[in-house]
Amino acid sequence: MRTAQVMAEQDLPGLLIMGIGGTHGVQESLAALLKKHFSVITMKELLENKKEVGKKIQCIFVSEFRPTIDQELLESLPNLKVIGNSGVGVDHLNLKMISNFGVRVTNTPHAVADSTADMGMALMLASARRLVEGSQIAVSPDTNYFAADWLGVEVTRATLGIIGMGRIGYKVAQRARAFEMKILYHNRNRRSQEEEQAVGACYSEMEDLLQQSDFVMLVVNLTPQTEKLIGKKELGLMKPTATLINISRGAVIDQDALVEALQNKTIKAAALDVTYPEPLPRNHPLLKLNNVIITPHIGTATVQATHMMAEEAIANMLSVLNCQPIPSEVFPQ
Amino acid sequence: MKVKPKIMKGEELPGLLVNEIGGMHGILHDHVEFLKKHFCLITMKEFLENKKNMSKKVQAVYLWWHKPVIDKDLLQSLPNLKVIANSGVGMDHLDLKLVASFGVKMANAPCAVSSSTADTGMALLLASARRLVEGYHVAVSPGMEYCEADFLGVEVTGATLGIIGMGSIGYKIALRAKAFEMKILYHNRTRRKEQEEQAVGALYCEKIDDLLCQADFVMVVVSLTPQTHKLIGKREMELMKPTATLINISRGAVVDQEALVIALRSGVIRAAALDVTYPEPLPRDHPLLKLKNVIITPHLGIKTDKATRMITEEAVENILAALAGLPMPSEVHPS
Repeated sequence: MRTAQVMAEQDLPGLLIMGIGGTHGVQESLAALLKKHFSVITMKELLENKKEVGKKIQCIFVSEFRPTIDQELLESLPNLKVIGNSGVGVDHLNLKMISNFGVRVTNTPHAVADSTADMGMALMLASARRLVEGSQIAVSPDTNYFAADWLGVEVTRATLGIIGMGRIGYKVAQRARAFEMKILYHNRNRRSQEEEQAVGACYSEMEDLLQQSDFVMLVVNLTPQTEKLIGKKELGLMKPTATLINISRGAVIDQDALVEALQNKTIKAAALDVTYPEPLPRNHPLLKLNNVIITPHIGTATVQATHMMAEEAIANMLSVLNCQPIPSEVFPQ
Repeated sequence: MKVKPKIMKGEELPGLLVNEIGGMHGILHDHVEFLKKHFCLITMKEFLENKKNMSKKVQAVYLWWHKPVIDKDLLQSLPNLKVIANSGVGMDHLDLKLVASFGVKMANAPCAVSSSTADTGMALLLASARRLVEGYHVAVSPGMEYCEADFLGVEVTGATLGIIGMGSIGYKIALRAKAFEMKILYHNRTRRKEQEEQAVGALYCEKIDDLLCQADFVMVVVSLTPQTHKLIGKREMELMKPTATLINISRGAVVDQEALVIALRSGVIRAAALDVTYPEPLPRDHPLLKLKNVIITPHLGIKTDKATRMITEEAVENILAALAGLPMPSEVHPS
C-alpha cells in the first residue's frame, strides 16, 4: 500500500510553490488541495538541490506574487510548462521573457471577481461614511461625546463612475445599482446595450465621467496604456466633493499627483486597496492624510476566494499538462 | 403635499423650540436659514432666560438627537405647544403617553432615514467581513509592514444574511444585499407580502432561532421597545454560527452587551459591528473597545449631508401640517 502511495505521489507532476504557512507561504489548506494533483516542491527544497529537483518541476503556482519569476529560475527548470498565477493581474510577470522559454502563463479571472467587487463597494461605503475615522473616534480615550455635526456623504442615489468595465467592474455596477446609484462607465470597448441596461450604466468619455462622478472607481488592468491613467489633469477634472477608489494596481494612479490633490482638497478623499509599492515606505505622505483609507491589498483575501483561486489555477495548469484547451491563458502584448 | 404656512401680514412666525444651534447637540448651522423661513427659532437658553414671554410663543419643538429632553415640567411650561417633531425614526427617548396626555402631536422622519441607515448597515457588514479597519491599521502602522498571507476575511457574495426587523430600513438592506447574491432570511413581527418577499428573494423565519442558526451575518434592524430590549442575548448568540457576524444598527439596548463581550472573547461568534451601543459613547474602559473582532462606529446612522437635510425638511412638513390642523405625513401615536 505504502509503496503504491509513494509511487503515485512521484507520478504526480512537480509543482513549485514559495512555501507552506508562515507570513509568505501558501495556506496549509491550499497546500493540501495542491497536493491532490501535484507533487508539491517548496523553493527551499529546490534551492537545496537545484540540479535534481529542478528537472521535476513542470508547473509553478504563483500566489501573492511569490515566488519571483526571473531568468535564473526559468533557466533552472528545463521541464517547466506552465506558470499558474493565483489572481487576475499579471503585471508582476515578464510575459515576454517567460514566453521565450516556451512556458505558458495562466491567471484566475473568475475566482477574483466577486471578492474584488465586494472590496470596491466596502471601500466606497467606508470612505463615504467616514467609517475608519468614526471607529477611531468611537474607541479613542479622548472621546466623551459624539458630535452632531460630524457628517459623511450619501451613497444612495449618488453618481458612480467606473473606469474599466470588465468582469469585476460589471459586478461593481450590479452592486451599486441596488444603492440606486447613477452609473457611468468608461472602457476600451463599449458593452452591449442589454448589458448596459441590466445595470443602468451609461457609457461616458473619460472627461465626462470624471466631471460628473461623486465616486470614481478604478477597475482596470495595469498595462503600459493604463500606467498613471489618473494624474494631475484627471484629478483636476474631478469634483472637489468626489472620492477616488482604487482596486486595480497602484501604478494606475500618479501617486505624487494624488497626494497633492488630497492636500489641496482638489478631491475630497481616496480609498486605496493597492499602492505602488506595496507596502508604502513608512514615511510616505499618503499614510498621514486623514482623508485616505489604505488597505493592504486584501481584494481577494477571503477564505473562499483564495480556495477558488487555487482551484482555478489548478484547473488551468492541468489543462496545459494534459494538452487540453486552456481556460485562462494570458499572452504577452 | 407641501403645506404653506398661513401667515397673516404683520403676524409673527410660529415659535419653534430647539435645543441649541450648532455645538454638541444643536441644530445644524446649514439648516437654520431654512427653518427661519417658517418659524421663529427659540433656543432652550433663550427660553429659560425669559420663560414668561417665550413660553406662550412656542407652538412646536424640533428634537435634534433627542434634545431638548421632553419632561412634564417642560410640557407644563408650554401652553401653546401643538407638535413635537423628532429628527430620525426612533422614538424610544420620548414618553409618548405623557406627551399625548398634554394634547401634543408627535412625528418622526421615516423617509429620510431608511436609505442612509441601510447604507450604514451594509458599510458595517462589508467592513467587518473584510476586516477593513484592521487592514487599515496594518497598512498605515509604523511597525507593521507586510500583510500576512493568512490575513483573511470572510466572503460576502453568496453568504446568508439574516435580517431581524424588516421595516423600511430592513427592506432596503434586503434590496442591497440581493445585489451581492446574498441568501436572505428575515424575522419580523408580521410577515411581509409575497410580492415584497419575492422582490428581494427573502425567506420568512417565523422563529428567530431558525434565522440565527443559518445566518452568516445577522443584522438587527428593530425599534427599541420593551419587547426588543435585550432581544439578542446569550441564548441567541449561542444559536449563531461560530463563523457568524452580528451587526447592530438599531439601538444598543437591543443587544445584551455583557453577553456580547463574552461571546466575542470565547469565539461563540466571529465578530460584531455596532453603530449603536448603550450608552453612547461607551465608558472609555469598556471591554468592547478593546476587542479586536469588534468595529464600533459613533452612531453614523443618518449622518450625511443629504439625509440630515431631508430629515429637517420632513420635520418641517409635519410641523406645518399639525399647526394647520391637517393630516401629518408621519404622525406617531403611543402604542
